[in-house]
Amino acid sequence: MAIAGWASAPGALADVEIEDLGSAVANARYATLIDELRCPQCQNQNLAASNAPIAGDLRAQVRRLLREGKSDTEIIDFLVGRYGDFVLYRPRWQPATYLLWLGPGGLLIAAGLTVVLVVRRQRRAPPKAVLDGAARATLTRLLDENGEHRMDDRR
Amino acid sequence: MARIKLFVPLIIFLVLAALLYLGLGHDPRELPSVLVDRPLPAFALPALGDDKALDQTLFRGGPHLLNVWGTWCGACRDEHPFLVELAAGGIPIIGLDYKDDPAAARRWLADMGNPYQEVIADGEGRLGLDLGVYGAPETYVVDATGVIRYRHVGILNAQIWRERIEPVYRKWLAP
Repeated sequence: MAIAGWASAPGALADVEIEDLGSAVANARYATLIDELRCPQCQNQNLAASNAPIAGDLRAQVRRLLREGKSDTEIIDFLVGRYGDFVLYRPRWQPATYLLWLGPGGLLIAAGLTVVLVVRRQRRAPPKAVLDGAARATLTRLLDENGEHRMDDRR
Repeated sequence: MARIKLFVPLIIFLVLAALLYLGLGHDPRELPSVLVDRPLPAFALPALGDDKALDQTLFRGGPHLLNVWGTWCGACRDEHPFLVELAAGGIPIIGLDYKDDPAAARRWLADMGNPYQEVIADGEGRLGLDLGVYGAPETYVVDATGVIRYRHVGILNAQIWRERIEPVYRKWLAP
């Protein structure tokens, strides 16, 4: 039971009622629906994985609506009308969820743009003249000395 | 300008921290009800104990509490004495005996007192389903026109009554 709770993959089923809904298509739709709908009581399980009585009731409702020939949208509306958007594991596209749907992509694009801008700015900036003439001469001298030492070491 | 930029990460951090802190105080078990400010779903169910037919007109005439309970529900037993107290104080409460055995429910009321003006017997849980009941006890405030104004999931006690439900009830009591 606990293990079934962690996995929400189809196949991790609770004691789901085995019932033929008349056609392979209806049976498949049933499996998809109870996989995507969330149990209102045991909050991190879908209807398929939950053994809670309410999940059993809702599975029975889904089967009833399927037998009545309701479409997936009608079935989902039926449950959302009673239990709210909470029962959806796949949030709907509506003003309250724009941020949810667009947020991650938006952040990714913003981050990418920032990287591009920073890199470009650094490339465009002219290399600065850090050393004046005297310092440059000293540097050259020191480098030469070092070069000689290195030659000495090698010898 | 460069100075201001230095503070951007700090500001983002503070905003995130504030949001996450607010999230800590949020009870994930408390689902927003879709039915608040909507009419109580229509129903036609028998009263507990007799065959009198009850429907949503039961709620006419003033605001009522609608309390969802069942003898299978342990928390309802803890809640019951406070309901009896409320009813004694003149608050009209309608009971919804949800998915229960009527005989056991009648015994329960005989043993512990009956705070309900009427008890709707919802043996199959049809009205419970229409209300989106996902646990018991639940308590609703229904106004005189039959519109749901508040929903509380969980035990109703003196503190919750005083702080959350009574203000709503009083508000809809006024003409």
